[in-house]
Amino acid sequence: MRIRIAHETLYTYAVPANAVIQTLRLTPRNFSGQHVANWRLDVDQDCRLDAHEDAFGNITHTFSASGPIQSMTIRVDGLIETSDTAGVVRGAIERFPPGLYLRETDLTKADAEIRAYAEARRAKAGNGTLSILHALLDDLPAGMAYDKDPTHASTTATEAFALKSGVCQDFAHIFIAAARHLGIPARYVGGYFLHADGTIDQEAGHAWAEAYVEDLGWVGFDPANAICPAEQHIRIACGLDYLNAAPVRGSRHGGDGEFLTVKVRVDQAARQVQVQ
Amino acid sequence: MAGTAPIFDEMTLADGAVRPAYETLARWLKTIPTDLLATRSREAEALFRRIGITFAVYGDAASTERLIPFDVIPRILTNDEWGRLSKGLTQRVKAINAFLNDVYSKREILRAGLVPEDLVYRNPAFRPEMNQQPVPHGIYVMIAGIDIVRVDADTFYVLEDNARTPSGVSYMLENREVMIRLFPELFSQHRVAPVENYTDDLLATMKSVAPRSASSDPTCVLLTPGLFNSAYYEHTFLADKLGVELVEGRDLFVKADIVYMRTTEGPKRVDVIYRRLDDDFLDPLAFRPDSALGVPGIMSAYHAGNVTLANAVGTGVSDDKAVYSYMPEIVKFYLGEEPILKNVPTHRCREPDELKYVLENLADLVVKEVHGSGGYGMLIGPKATKAEIETFRDKLIKDPAGFIAQPTLALSTCPTLVDEGVAPRHVDLRPYVLTGRDKVRIVPGGLTRVALKEGSLVVNSSQGGGTKDTWVLDS
Amino acid sequence: MLSRTADNLFWLARYVERAEYLARIIEASTRLANLPSAYAGTSNEWESAVATAGCANLFFQAHEKATRETVIDFLAFSPDNPSSIRSCFETARTNARSVRTALTGEMWDAINSAWLELSKYRASGLNQDEHLTSFLSFVKETGLRFDGSAYRTMLRSDGYWFSRLGVMIERADNTARILDVKYHVLLPDAEHVGGSLDYFQWSAILRAVSALTAYHWVYKESLKPWLVADLLILNDQMPRSLAACYESIVRNLDSLSLAYGRQGPAQRSARAIRTRLENARIDDIFQSGLHEFVSDFIGENNRLGAAITQQYLT
Repeated sequence: MRIRIAHETLYTYAVPANAVIQTLRLTPRNFSGQHVANWRLDVDQDCRLDAHEDAFGNITHTFSASGPIQSMTIRVDGLIETSDTAGVVRGAIERFPPGLYLRETDLTKADAEIRAYAEARRAKAGNGTLSILHALLDDLPAGMAYDKDPTHASTTATEAFALKSGVCQDFAHIFIAAARHLGIPARYVGGYFLHADGTIDQEAGHAWAEAYVEDLGWVGFDPANAICPAEQHIRIACGLDYLNAAPVRGSRHGGDGEFLTVKVRVDQAARQVQVQ
Repeated sequence: MAGTAPIFDEMTLADGAVRPAYETLARWLKTIPTDLLATRSREAEALFRRIGITFAVYGDAASTERLIPFDVIPRILTNDEWGRLSKGLTQRVKAINAFLNDVYSKREILRAGLVPEDLVYRNPAFRPEMNQQPVPHGIYVMIAGIDIVRVDADTFYVLEDNARTPSGVSYMLENREVMIRLFPELFSQHRVAPVENYTDDLLATMKSVAPRSASSDPTCVLLTPGLFNSAYYEHTFLADKLGVELVEGRDLFVKADIVYMRTTEGPKRVDVIYRRLDDDFLDPLAFRPDSALGVPGIMSAYHAGNVTLANAVGTGVSDDKAVYSYMPEIVKFYLGEEPILKNVPTHRCREPDELKYVLENLADLVVKEVHGSGGYGMLIGPKATKAEIETFRDKLIKDPAGFIAQPTLALSTCPTLVDEGVAPRHVDLRPYVLTGRDKVRIVPGGLTRVALKEGSLVVNSSQGGGTKDTWVLDS
Repeated sequence: MLSRTADNLFWLARYVERAEYLARIIEASTRLANLPSAYAGTSNEWESAVATAGCANLFFQAHEKATRETVIDFLAFSPDNPSSIRSCFETARTNARSVRTALTGEMWDAINSAWLELSKYRASGLNQDEHLTSFLSFVKETGLRFDGSAYRTMLRSDGYWFSRLGVMIERADNTARILDVKYHVLLPDAEHVGGSLDYFQWSAILRAVSALTAYHWVYKESLKPWLVADLLILNDQMPRSLAACYESIVRNLDSLSLAYGRQGPAQRSARAIRTRLENARIDDIFQSGLHEFVSDFIGENNRLGAAITQQYLT
């Protein structure tokens, strides 16, 4: 499937900012289920985008712009060809052995509630890593409401699980916390999602999880949609939690009254271009 | 077993004979009246207040820092003893650097199965962000403080490695200054190796590890969390002696992967940062996003090789108490040498047999939390009540990997001035090891900490410990 | 040097200067308020003290009436007043702590002991005159001690110049502020010109800037309003006059531009202000309005402070 992405982040400041510095994780890499046909990243400021590869193998761009900055736009345009690998992620850049992804982080700590939940799923699913993971995947959305109001970027798995609601990021964190508690390496993935119902305009990117299954390798699980990624997921960055894979991490000097507008369009590219 | 092993006093042997290094001092102690010593001791305290620590001790709620008690009787090591120690320290820090290089790149020691993988990967002090990211000149730990204890005439143990931001060196330097002013007569009777060149050595070390893109005269700074930090005094002291700017995070900024400081003459490039700020707070773009103490983007400049952080990010994984127990293997693995300095025999509670032994012998052991520090969160078996032991037993069973256990050591004692006169008190030693691109520098001696309470083994200043000047005699 | 260090030195000096000025205001007001109304008039001296200190708005948010008690407490001790003597000393000490290595030991001592000493004084204790007097001389002596230590012990480099700039910008502001509040008693068409009432007002003004003796030395005349204005605005022999402050400001900014090898808006606007003071005549100032002249000056002085901050301190 060919998927076109347009992602625009617009910052406006009531008081112009003196300086802005940001690290962007907005550039995908290829793996067996994904080929980057075309990708452009633009910042409308007079600055250099310094590209690095981070510790997890994600491509980062860091830029610093000097003020006065009234407004600033970060734009991503791209075309990705995806294929269905039944959720299995092969050929991705792996910088760590799976064991690292058992590491606990502040956002993915499992409290007694999450631990009990995870253990109950395991008891139901019986042995076999894959069936445990599927039990988590199938069950999580049932107990959780999808609601973007109560949580925010720094909400932990524990907090979201107690609220019984959250967004894709929270679902992913809970899934990861539960899997790690059961001794299954799990990680956070940020990217985009093509809705099956034809919705094109979205308010944000998407997030899901990957877990490590002996013999299969890394397998994607999208607990917010209760599916394993097939052709509709565009994988951008991964890490231990949201903070390692966040599309934008920034800081500014001055610039009070920041206002943020995000427009994401994920659309299937015109069929006539598709190579059959 | 505690209590049964004779305690080694560094001045006086069990038969009453005075060890040669202490002969002059022992004679002097006999002639000097105790009340004169007490007077000098008060003078020392007044000097400490005058030369600096004063401004951090006075009463506002923000500066609760106290004056750490100073003992006027020096601790003496011979040139031979020091020679052995310094060889061992050099070897140990070399191994620590090799270990850090390895765990953040090829991970051979993990592959070889010598150190369990999860001990590294699930260690809070391990920084995944440093993975495969080269550090300037491959040096992670430029400034190390290695805590050493002594149990008899020949045996020194490493108690703890401090590879993050070891503090206390200002006390080592000021203790010497105060001693020279108070007891000039003692210095004319002993040939004491100097320590005052420490800050020059530190500056030379910092300059030697400047990034390749820096100018031939690199700009070094000391980064402090600010005046509310308990070690702020030491930060100002060192910056002053080094002749470098004492900067806070807000004085620095990053542009196009270069770090600059804001000066009255405009931005000035910074090449080497001796940072006394923890990893977590260094860069809100890479670590804790809520940190206001750090420098946004500094990790990007660091990865680009345009700035050197001393110490490197993520060094804490090497001074963890659980990793500590593998240090003998680590030394052998990287250097192919037998460790010169011994570890205190350590039981890793993560291993079932060891746990069993520890649980059976709790009353005789010291049990420490793997990630604890400052003498907190530990059980000293022989001094604990039954109830305390039982509480700890539960903790251990719940989380065996969180603990290690060691026999209670009969730490050596040194003569110390206390209320009742001069009496033996337990001591340890923290030498500071500087690793540059060119060489390793260690000033002879270090900071001797002394447990002022009779029989106490806890030397931490947070728990009533004091300090002494440490002399290495030039034979 | 680090911009933050320079900023701290600049403000440290300003706060010490401000504390001293407040002490002088309290002293002059006490003196005036103690006079029988036949000599001092019926105006509320305490109200004008608050106005001269530049914190009238803040004061009347906290108090309904300006009395000896409320004003002394507010100007000397109130933690709610960011410019009270206490707040000035506290801020000065915090600044000093964070640039400890840029200060000489003597300067540090002056600030630190003042801060320690301050805790001995309480608002309630100052109702007695002798306590108030000893408090006020303590504050003035702190200013002298700090200034003296800086003058005697500080290296003559950028740190010293920034510190002097802080003193002078603050001092010019203070002198101008007195003139701004009291300008009407200096005007020739004021109601009681030459009366005893104005005489005491004039001497209070001079006292507040420690210039009563200087006046007699310079003019060898009895107090005349236009001469008082001349002394405080144009006479560059008088250390607290606007002209003397700007002579020093220009000199210190020149030292900076020479050392750094470049100059900027701060140098240009300081020179412009000094030139205007040099070329002005007191008659012309009265002609075109003393009040307007002084309020313009306060605005320009503030803008220069902002220009220094912009150019060097951030």
